[in-house]
Amino acid sequence: MKNTLKIVIGLLAIGFVSCEADFDSPVEAEGFYTSGTADLSNYVALGNSLTAGYADGALYLTGQNNSYPNILANQFAKAGGGEFTQPLVADNLGGLLLNGTQIRSNRLVLGVDADGNPGPIVLDGTPTTEITTSAKGPFNNMGVPGAKSFHLVYPGYGNRGGVASGAASPYYARFATSDNSSVIDDAALLSPSFFSLWVGFNDILSYATSGGIGVDQAGNLDPATYGYYDISDPNVFSGHYEAEVNVLMESSTGGVLLNLADVVSIPFFTTVPVRSIPLDAATAAALNAQLALYNTQVLPGLVAFGIISAEEAAMRQVNFIAGINYPIIVDDDLTDISGILQGPPFNLDPMTAAMLGQLRQANDDDFVLLTASSILGSVPDPGNPQGVVGVSIPLEDAYVLTATEHDRVDVAMFSYNASIAAIAEANDLALVDAKAALAELTEVGVPFDSGIMTSAYVTGGAYSLDGVHLTPRGYAHTANIIIDAINRKYDATIPKVNIGNYGTITVSNN
Amino acid sequence: MKKIILLTVLAFATAVVYAGGYRVSLQGNKSLAMGHAGVAVISSSELVFFNPAGLVHLENKLNISAGASGVFGEVSYQNESTGDFAKSDNPISTPLYLYASYQVNDWLAFGLGVYTPYGSTAKYEDDWAGSHLVNNIELTAIFIQPTVSFKVGEFLSFGGGPIYVTGSVNFNRNLNRTLTDIDGNRSEVTLDATGVTKWGWTVGAMFTPVDQLTIGATYRSKIILDVEDGDAEFENIPNSPLTPFADTTFGASLPLPAEITVGMSYKFADKWLFAFDLNRVFWDVYESLDIDFTDENIPDSKNLRNYKNSSTFRFGLQFDASKMFTLRAGYYFDESPVQEGYFAPETPRNDSNGYTAGLTINAGKHFEIDASFLYLHFKEIVASYDYYLENGQAAPFGGRYKSSIFVPGLGVTYKL
Repeated sequence: MKNTLKIVIGLLAIGFVSCEADFDSPVEAEGFYTSGTADLSNYVALGNSLTAGYADGALYLTGQNNSYPNILANQFAKAGGGEFTQPLVADNLGGLLLNGTQIRSNRLVLGVDADGNPGPIVLDGTPTTEITTSAKGPFNNMGVPGAKSFHLVYPGYGNRGGVASGAASPYYARFATSDNSSVIDDAALLSPSFFSLWVGFNDILSYATSGGIGVDQAGNLDPATYGYYDISDPNVFSGHYEAEVNVLMESSTGGVLLNLADVVSIPFFTTVPVRSIPLDAATAAALNAQLALYNTQVLPGLVAFGIISAEEAAMRQVNFIAGINYPIIVDDDLTDISGILQGPPFNLDPMTAAMLGQLRQANDDDFVLLTASSILGSVPDPGNPQGVVGVSIPLEDAYVLTATEHDRVDVAMFSYNASIAAIAEANDLALVDAKAALAELTEVGVPFDSGIMTSAYVTGGAYSLDGVHLTPRGYAHTANIIIDAINRKYDATIPKVNIGNYGTITVSNN
Repeated sequence: MKKIILLTVLAFATAVVYAGGYRVSLQGNKSLAMGHAGVAVISSSELVFFNPAGLVHLENKLNISAGASGVFGEVSYQNESTGDFAKSDNPISTPLYLYASYQVNDWLAFGLGVYTPYGSTAKYEDDWAGSHLVNNIELTAIFIQPTVSFKVGEFLSFGGGPIYVTGSVNFNRNLNRTLTDIDGNRSEVTLDATGVTKWGWTVGAMFTPVDQLTIGATYRSKIILDVEDGDAEFENIPNSPLTPFADTTFGASLPLPAEITVGMSYKFADKWLFAFDLNRVFWDVYESLDIDFTDENIPDSKNLRNYKNSSTFRFGLQFDASKMFTLRAGYYFDESPVQEGYFAPETPRNDSNGYTAGLTINAGKHFEIDASFLYLHFKEIVASYDYYLENGQAAPFGGRYKSSIFVPGLGVTYKL
C-alpha cells in the first residue's frame, strides 16, 4: 500500500510539474532578441509633433500611446530596452488650457452629418490638460509639437510666460524643467544611452502648409528674426542640428537620425485636386467674355510697357472651359499690377485692379491645400451669388502651394537632408530615409497582412485627419523602418510590429 | 466614400467558438486511467457512456459510479517576428459524471447517465495579440442519457438510449484588430446563450465469444445545438453611425459531432486485462460557424472551420494487484480535427499524446474509490488561422503554440 501511494503521489507530482506549457525557446527569455552593439537601456526621442505622437490636429492620450518612440520602446524592451516615459496629456480630447483658457483646439474625428456624409469634425468637450500644472520632466519622449530645428536648443522655449505671445511652446511648457531650460538640455539630463532625432520638418512644413505666406530665409543666419511660417536657412538648420547631435553624443553609444520628407508626399497637399471647378459651356463662355479684354489687351499691354515678361503674361491668361476647371488663385510671386491697372491706359476701378493684382489660373504644378476643400466653390457673400471662390474670387495665397513655393521648400529639404546624412556619417549613427519611406506610401503603398496602407486621405490608413500627421498604423510603420535601420547598423535583432494591429482614423460623432 | 469607410469599420467577423477539438475525454475514472478505453471493458456503470450494451453483463444488481476531474489546461502562444507572447490563464474546469445501472434480470438492465463531454474553458489576457479571435470562451454541455441494455442470446448484447443535451456558451472577443472607443478601449462583443437543448441518441453492441475476450462498438449521434435568441452584448463601441453595434440577440448552430467507437478487451493473463479502443469522430459536420445577428445593421459573421474527421487510438492495461488495489495505466494518441490553416487560438489542438494512470481502492464490499490522472502532451506547433477576414482580405493570425493539459480525477463506485 505504501509503495503504491508513493508511486501515485510521484506520478501526480510529475503531472503538475509538466503542466506548464513552456516553449523550448520562449521569446520573453533574455537573449532571444538582442540589441547588438546598441545600448537601449535608456532611449530618448527628440523631435517635433511626429515624435510626440500628435495626430488629428492635437496631442491626445491614445495618440501618445501610439507614438513611434513608444512603439519602438515597447519593442526595445524585448531586446534589453529600459523604461520609457512620456509627457502624457490628461485626456483624449487633445485641447490645451493656459490658465483655464483653451489655447489649442480639440482633436479631429471622423463624424457623420445628418445626411449620412462622413467628414472630419472637431470633437466636442472641455479639455483638461492645463499646461501650467503638468508633470515635471524630463521624459524619454522629448518630442515637442511645432518645434523647428533651432527651437530644441532655445532656452526658454518652455517658459510659460512666453506661450501667449508664441515665443514658447505650450507643449514644452508642460514639462520643461525650468523657465530657461531647453529641450536638448533637458534631454541631456537623462543621459540617454541611445537616441532618435527627427527634427527639421517644421523648418519647411510651416511655410508649405501656410501656402507659402512666409519668407524663404536662405541667407539670414539669425533665426531670432524668423517668423513661424518662414523657411529656415540651411546653415541655420545644419548648425543647430549638429549641435543637438553633439549634446546627445556625450552620453549615447548610438542613435538614429531621420531625414525629412518631401512635403507634397503628404495628403495635406495631395487630397484636393488642382482642377476642381465644374462649369457648363454657357458659364464658361460668359466668364471668358468678361475676361477677353484682360487676356487680349491688358496682359499684352503690360508686356509692351515692360512691366511683366511675355512668359508671365502667358501664365496670367485665364481661360475657362466647359468641364472641370483650374481655379483662379492669388500668387504672391507674380508682379503686383494692381496699382498700374488703376492708372492709364487701363483705368480699372480699385476693386477690379486689386482682384487682378496677382491673379492667375492654377496649373498642374500647384498644390491646393486640404484646408481649401471647404473654401473652393463657396459663395462667401450670400448677397452676391456671382462671387464664387476659384471662379470670380481668387483662392487666397494661403490655400495654394505654388510650384515656385514648392521649389523653395524642395531646395531647403534637399540641403537639410544632405546635412543630416553627413552628420549621421560623421557620428557613425544609423540613418533612416524617411523621405523615401513616405514617398513609397504615396507612390505604391505599404503592404501588410490585410491590405495596402497608402497616403490617401481618410481611406489610406497612414495619415490622420489633419492630413499631415500619422495614424497609429502610420507611426507603427515608422517604428518598423527605424527598427530596420537599427538592426542593420548595430547588428541587432529587434522584432518589428505588425502594422495591421494598429488603428487608423477614429470615428465618432459629437 | 461612405461605403468604403463602412467597409473599413464594419468588416469584422464575430465567432463563437465552440470547443471543437476540445473534447478532453473524461467520462469515467476507471476508463480514463486506461487511456479512456472502455467500449469492451466490463467493470462498472461507466458503461452507460462507453457502451450501453455492456451494462447487462455487470455482476451486481445496482451499480453507481460518480466522479469529477479537475482540468488544468494552459496554452502558450508566441510570434517570433513581432515578439508577441501570451499564455492562457484557463480557469480550472470540473467535468462531472454520474452513472447508475440496475439489473432487472439475466438479460435486461436499465441505466441512467449524466456526463459532460464538452466542458472546456480558455481564457487569454484581454486584448492579447489574438483577441480579435478570442479573449475567453466557456462551453458546457450536459448529457443526460436513460439507457436500456439487453442480451440477445449467450454471446451478444445490445444497448442504447436517447440523450438529452442542455448546453451553454459564453464567448468574448474583440470586434476586430483595431476598433476602439474614443478612449482607446477595444470594441468587443460577448455572446451568451444558456439552456440550449437538443435530443440525440446512442447505441452499442457487445460480443463476448469467450470469457477472456470482449468486443464492443458504440455509436453516438451528432447533436446540433441550435442557439436562438442568445444575447450579444457590445461594449466600447464608438459613438458613430458608422459602427452600429447595439446589443442584440443572435442565432447560431453548434454541432456536437457523431462518434463511433470499436474496441476489444482481452484477459491475457490471470489478473491482467488489455483494452484497445478506436474512436472515429465525424468532425466534418463542423464546416463553418455562422453567427446571425438579429439586428440587421450588424453584419452576420461567418467563420470557416472545415474540421476533418479524426481518430483516437486508445490502449489500456489493468492489473488486479491485490484484493485491495486495482492498478491501471494507458496511453492514447489523439488526432486533431483541425486542418492546416484553420488553427485558431480558441481550439489550439494539434495532435496529442495522452498518458494515463490510476487505481481503484476497494474500500469494503460495496465501495470503491477510483483515482486517475491524465497528462495530455502536445508538441510545439507553428500554425495559423488563415481565414480571418478584414476588409474582405484574409489577415492570418499565426505563431507558435504549445498546450498542456493535466487532469487529476477522483470518483466513487457503489455496488449492491
